[in-house]
Amino acid sequence: MTALESPPDLRPADAGSRTGVRRARRFGLHALLVLVALIAGGPLYWLISSALKTNPQIYSYPPHWIPTDLRWSNFSDAWHAAAFGRYFLNSLVVSAVGTAIELVAALLCAYAFVFLPFPGKKVLFLFLLGAMMVPGHVTLLPNFLTVAQLGWVNSYAGLIAPGLGSVFGTFLLRQHMLTLPKEITDAARIDGAGHLRTLFRVVLPMSRPMVITVALVVMVGKWNDFIWPLIITSSDDMRTLPIGLLFLKNTETFANWGAILAGAVMVIVPVLVVFFFAQRYIIAGLTQGAGK
Amino acid sequence: MTTDVQQDGTAAAPPGRAAPGEAGRRLRARRRRDYLLFAAFAAPNFFFLLVFAYWPVVYNAYLSLTDWDMVSSSWHMIGLDNYASLFDDPDFRGSLWTTVLFVVGVVAGGLVLGLATALLLNQRLRGRDVVRTLTFAPYVLSGAAVGTLWLFLFDPNYGLVRPLLAPLGMAAPAMMTDSKWALFGLVLVYLWKNTGFVAVVYLAGLQGLPRDVFEAAALDGAGAWTRLRRIILPLLSPVTFFLLVTCTISTFQAFDVIAMMTQGGPGTSTSILSWFIYDQGFRTFDAGRASAAAMIMFVVLLLITGFQARFLERKVHYQ
Repeated sequence: MTALESPPDLRPADAGSRTGVRRARRFGLHALLVLVALIAGGPLYWLISSALKTNPQIYSYPPHWIPTDLRWSNFSDAWHAAAFGRYFLNSLVVSAVGTAIELVAALLCAYAFVFLPFPGKKVLFLFLLGAMMVPGHVTLLPNFLTVAQLGWVNSYAGLIAPGLGSVFGTFLLRQHMLTLPKEITDAARIDGAGHLRTLFRVVLPMSRPMVITVALVVMVGKWNDFIWPLIITSSDDMRTLPIGLLFLKNTETFANWGAILAGAVMVIVPVLVVFFFAQRYIIAGLTQGAGK
Repeated sequence: MTTDVQQDGTAAAPPGRAAPGEAGRRLRARRRRDYLLFAAFAAPNFFFLLVFAYWPVVYNAYLSLTDWDMVSSSWHMIGLDNYASLFDDPDFRGSLWTTVLFVVGVVAGGLVLGLATALLLNQRLRGRDVVRTLTFAPYVLSGAAVGTLWLFLFDPNYGLVRPLLAPLGMAAPAMMTDSKWALFGLVLVYLWKNTGFVAVVYLAGLQGLPRDVFEAAALDGAGAWTRLRRIILPLLSPVTFFLLVTCTISTFQAFDVIAMMTQGGPGTSTSILSWFIYDQGFRTFDAGRASAAAMIMFVVLLLITGFQARFLERKVHYQ
């Protein structure tokens, strides 16, 4: 399991000094581990703790490592300086509705590829995967024009629609459905269940972890999405959180770090909470493909 | 769509059995119905992909041959003029070079740091699961928020860099407003954001390696460094290759942190291709040049992917 540790019994040596060396080594490794934790977690701690400080505390040197009296006023500042309530609602609507539609489309598509026949299915699947090769920057102008033609600029529909196609989610769900025992879906069909019923009553419950994985990864992606909402929104009341944060930073510049940091915390904390509770699913989803 | 499907309530016939006459006709009818059903099930997803991923490639290629300014109702076909003008433009050539520096810094740095972190997390140490979670967390966070956070940390007066560098007798550099430092600053931010991802992928690779290989090497008296170079790295080469390609592709498209922290500046010092395209299209309103630059990015990424496919077949043969 531990790749770099020598098996204990293979090197006959002076036992006393060997345990000494091992102790020193383990201490060093633990120290490194603490360092890594500080580098990874320190900035996050600094962000959240600073968002709870007063502006004079933020602008003082040497810094206050721990906020003494917790203050929430930065959050109300951010709330008043910009429409963060509205941004939050927009982000929630866009990522929840977008995820729901994308997930259903991906489920149907994956089911079809696994359980239904079609001539040239393999080629179609390659065609599906090919969409992953299209970088977002190539689609920016054309999608803007398409959405403009539909009259959806600066609307929820315009924010949501271009992100609905699912390659990765469909791929993951298909890979998972391929592993399900065919007998079970066959049995469901013999019992008179149609394909839709088989999908939602039999296949879906058996794919729960994978569905959760795809849903979470897709949702976090939409929540964090930046360039598309930046382009397609033109009024304050349609902005999502990341875009609202950009405009808050540009208007407040650096005179009011407290409010800006509070805004950043509002963007980050929902994702952090979801991540800490469901990291198993999220990490599995994001690192898929590595083994293949 | 739905009503049709739910009425289809009979069981699938056993595959591969030739059915003559009446039964054969029924089988063909069922097959036809299944084809239709496949089309219905796959249609929504394919529709979205066609409209918002495939069609844009065609449209973008077309736009790259026009002189459209995003405002006028008409435009002219100008052939490859946009491409020629891009390669004549020192800003674009500079942007390509900046992109190379940025991608190499983020990807190479990420792979080295990620592997080191993975080797550490692979040791049986107390608290390693917590650290694994902590290092991965930045990867799932909004680039806009991460950019904000690091603008604050890098602030030469109020940021965390000042008290951290003070004991070393160093003054904090004006990281993001100094064109000598800004690109390096961005690389650091992306390293912070991505290293956990690389580490977790490498860690999974390490844990999948056969144990006896290490024991044999240890018996031969190979030291840790030799084992890393001669055994672990070659065995991990498929993982490295996967990471190399995925990280390169995603780093090419990095945008949100840059938009938040530098907007391509100061000057053009952090104007990587992804920023250049956005700037040409949505700030300079030169749709033709923006599309041409986007096509160039597309082709570069296709070449990298194609290279991966060929390389994977030939070189990476372990596992």
